[in-house]
Amino acid sequence: MQLVLEKRAERSNTIALVSPLIAIALTIVTMVILFAILGKNPLLALHAYFIAPLTDSYSLQEIAVKATPLVMIAIGLSLCYLANAWNIGAEGQFLIGAVAGSWFAVKTQGTDAGAWVLPAMLVLAAAAGALYALIPAICKVKFGASEILTSLMLVYVADLLLDYLVRGPWRDPHGFNFPTTAEFDPVATVPLLIEGGRLHLGSIIVLLVVAAAAILLARTIKGFEIRVVGAAPRAARFGGFNANQLIILTFAVSGALAGLAGIIEVAGPVGHLQPGISPGYGFTAIIVAFLGRLNPLGILIAGLFLALTFIGGEQAQIAMKIPLDVTKVFQGVLLFYVLACDSLILYRFKLVSSNQQVTRGVG
Amino acid sequence: MQAHQRMLDPTSKGLHSGESPLLQTAGLTKRYGDFLANDCIDIDIWPGEIHALLGENGAGKSTLVKAIYGLIQPSAGEIRWQGERLSGPSDARRRGIGMVFQHFSLFDNLTVAENVALGLDGKESFKHMSARLEQVSKLYGLPLDPRREVWQLSVGERQRIEIVRALMQDPKFLILDEPTAVLTPQEADQLFIVLERLKAEGRAILYISHKLEEVKRLCDTATILRGGRKIATCNPRLETAASLARMMVGGDIKEVKAASARKTTVPRLVVNDLSLAPGEAHGVRLEHISFELKGGEILGIAGVAGNGQDELFAALSGERLSKDPGTVVIEGIAAGHLSITQRRKLGAAFVPEERLGHGAAPRMKLSENALLTGHAASGMVHRGFIDTAATLKTVDSATERFDVRKAKRDPEAGSLSGGNLQKFIVGREILRKPAVLVVGQPTWGVDAGAAAVIRQALLDLATAGAAVLVTSQDLDELSEIANRIAVMFHGKLSAPLATSEASREKLGLLMGGSSLEPKEAAHAVGA
Repeated sequence: MQLVLEKRAERSNTIALVSPLIAIALTIVTMVILFAILGKNPLLALHAYFIAPLTDSYSLQEIAVKATPLVMIAIGLSLCYLANAWNIGAEGQFLIGAVAGSWFAVKTQGTDAGAWVLPAMLVLAAAAGALYALIPAICKVKFGASEILTSLMLVYVADLLLDYLVRGPWRDPHGFNFPTTAEFDPVATVPLLIEGGRLHLGSIIVLLVVAAAAILLARTIKGFEIRVVGAAPRAARFGGFNANQLIILTFAVSGALAGLAGIIEVAGPVGHLQPGISPGYGFTAIIVAFLGRLNPLGILIAGLFLALTFIGGEQAQIAMKIPLDVTKVFQGVLLFYVLACDSLILYRFKLVSSNQQVTRGVG
Repeated sequence: MQAHQRMLDPTSKGLHSGESPLLQTAGLTKRYGDFLANDCIDIDIWPGEIHALLGENGAGKSTLVKAIYGLIQPSAGEIRWQGERLSGPSDARRRGIGMVFQHFSLFDNLTVAENVALGLDGKESFKHMSARLEQVSKLYGLPLDPRREVWQLSVGERQRIEIVRALMQDPKFLILDEPTAVLTPQEADQLFIVLERLKAEGRAILYISHKLEEVKRLCDTATILRGGRKIATCNPRLETAASLARMMVGGDIKEVKAASARKTTVPRLVVNDLSLAPGEAHGVRLEHISFELKGGEILGIAGVAGNGQDELFAALSGERLSKDPGTVVIEGIAAGHLSITQRRKLGAAFVPEERLGHGAAPRMKLSENALLTGHAASGMVHRGFIDTAATLKTVDSATERFDVRKAKRDPEAGSLSGGNLQKFIVGREILRKPAVLVVGQPTWGVDAGAAAVIRQALLDLATAGAAVLVTSQDLDELSEIANRIAVMFHGKLSAPLATSEASREKLGLLMGGSSLEPKEAAHAVGA
């Protein structure tokens, strides 16, 4: 007996929906084995990861808070990936957005600036993220430099810039020498949705972004351009669509969304600028984008799921002393399976016996 | 195994009594979902016979040969080689089944010998293999220089590589998929001599074609498929082209109505001294191309593939821009510098040679592929938003007017057969009522039925007053529809001949690079 991959006549929409679920199931199986090797009870570990966070209101809110930047970034990335532009540097665009927005918060600190401070911070962050993303995009279009490398390298530049600013010029003079800015003024803070809770306005913004992306991709000619350029570049050129222009556009949009996510995180849950504001949101968002099938609604669901793994990972660390890094292993394994399962959309498995027994065709 | 009805086949039994067939399919069935691509097909192929496989696009020819060659697994039925059941692709090859595909699988940057080596098992040394390659190519009169790189070769020479590669495995049974589609008349004649020789050596050949005259001339037996079923096995020499065509299509093919009463009007597409450096490494430089095409007229451009037809198409469509706007004039407006979208807005429409990936995005729906070219000037987009109803209407209109056959209303383009997709792509452009239509290889790899529909559509469009430019390697097609024919060779375009004066000999000479009158060739610039 032999297992072969056979090309399907048409892409399977059922599998397109089911494949992330298969990937999740395979990931869980792999994690069970890993937990067992670590000497932890796999069932308890899975409970800590996936069930416990869903049982109390604080954790549920926290999932939404964590999902907010993930989904916001992943939506932008999905536009890039659909257009065959490989932005790997969302983490850097996230940090630059956070820095640019915080600059305004720091400058207006202690002044009687009004309610317009926060909107100005959001605009600044989005603009900075977009400009930062344009660096690899323009290098790609003008010089043919690999956007994968350049966008990734710019992550470290952004990371070090932030580090310098909070240790140097922007350091809180009353902060006991901790590398952080002072707590932002109330006008420079993202308002909470529930008094005393964790849920903030960013979650509403992200829902609007999801809706806008869904409309863009399904209903507008721009969204169509993005999809054709990625799916059939030569046909896109024949259609009169300019691939380079779309690389610039999708990079700018995804940079802007990452930057926006950055400032919302800093001016929301964190409250001040400091190193380590991101547990790798920009990278995890890549997984979210693919797990969500590069589809806005799918990304929303995938974002919530990966947020759950962050919260679950913390719970598992507290309750069972499972290292937090296991969460990253989990996410990496998940991405691997998602990409592997995707081949089932265009192909199917078929058992072929070695002596050429006639097998019935399965539809 | 499913019970199946066996078709009686008096011809082959009578002809070959006493021997056993070399290859036999019995009740061969291939099902894709609910679609029966092959329905209980029985074929007997005898040694020393050239057996034609005739059928329209989607009739199941490719599925059948892929099953025989072992590339796909039949859903039911079996394939027997000298009475024994075949098991899998390696078995087919080991027992001596060779195949020459319609689309060549060659690497442009490798030499002939390297390409051949890649296709063989690789147990013999490269040197030995090269020597054998030269020997085989000489023996069969298929001259090839093993040291040349493939990109330097003509299409005919590339096909020779594929044939020699197959012959080096000493096949007892050779499958050829539309081999003459890419050859000049003279090259096709040479191929027939080779095939006759293989036949004389006792090898069997399965010859897939839809050129009926060719089949009548070359083949001993013909099996006709229609809609996945075997219709008949017959001796093509005893049939007429019309009777073969009837069996293929299941009715009479509509005669393409000649364009006797067409009146030419004003020039709608003018090309003035167009020269363009190639855009990619192995491309062809266009040199001083000039012609004028009036409304109501069809200009045919003949020539062996790879002589600059693709480059000319890109320059006319605006996929490649020219610095000098005046080199391409559409409807009286200098358009050399305009994008493809702007040219479409001037009333031009384009159908490229490659259907999948160029003319259409394979993994997108037909309605989205209608939008691909329709977004420019067909009211499918309002304020940036797609009018889905309008795109679907184009799909429905094209389906109805040009008889596009498909499994559902709006399938992915890649799931259509070649002929049906081409009908859709041509239909999509004609529905826009273009003033100028530029078409590359409109019926390449398309069966007689679909080809007739497409040619008639081009004639009707010209009759309605449009200017039509057709690039084709099929001289019969050009003489059927074109008013004038020019030949492209090494990036230069010959002066157009009136179709009545363009004999196959004259065109064949021009296609091979000879000039008809030496004097004129020296001044071909202004032609």
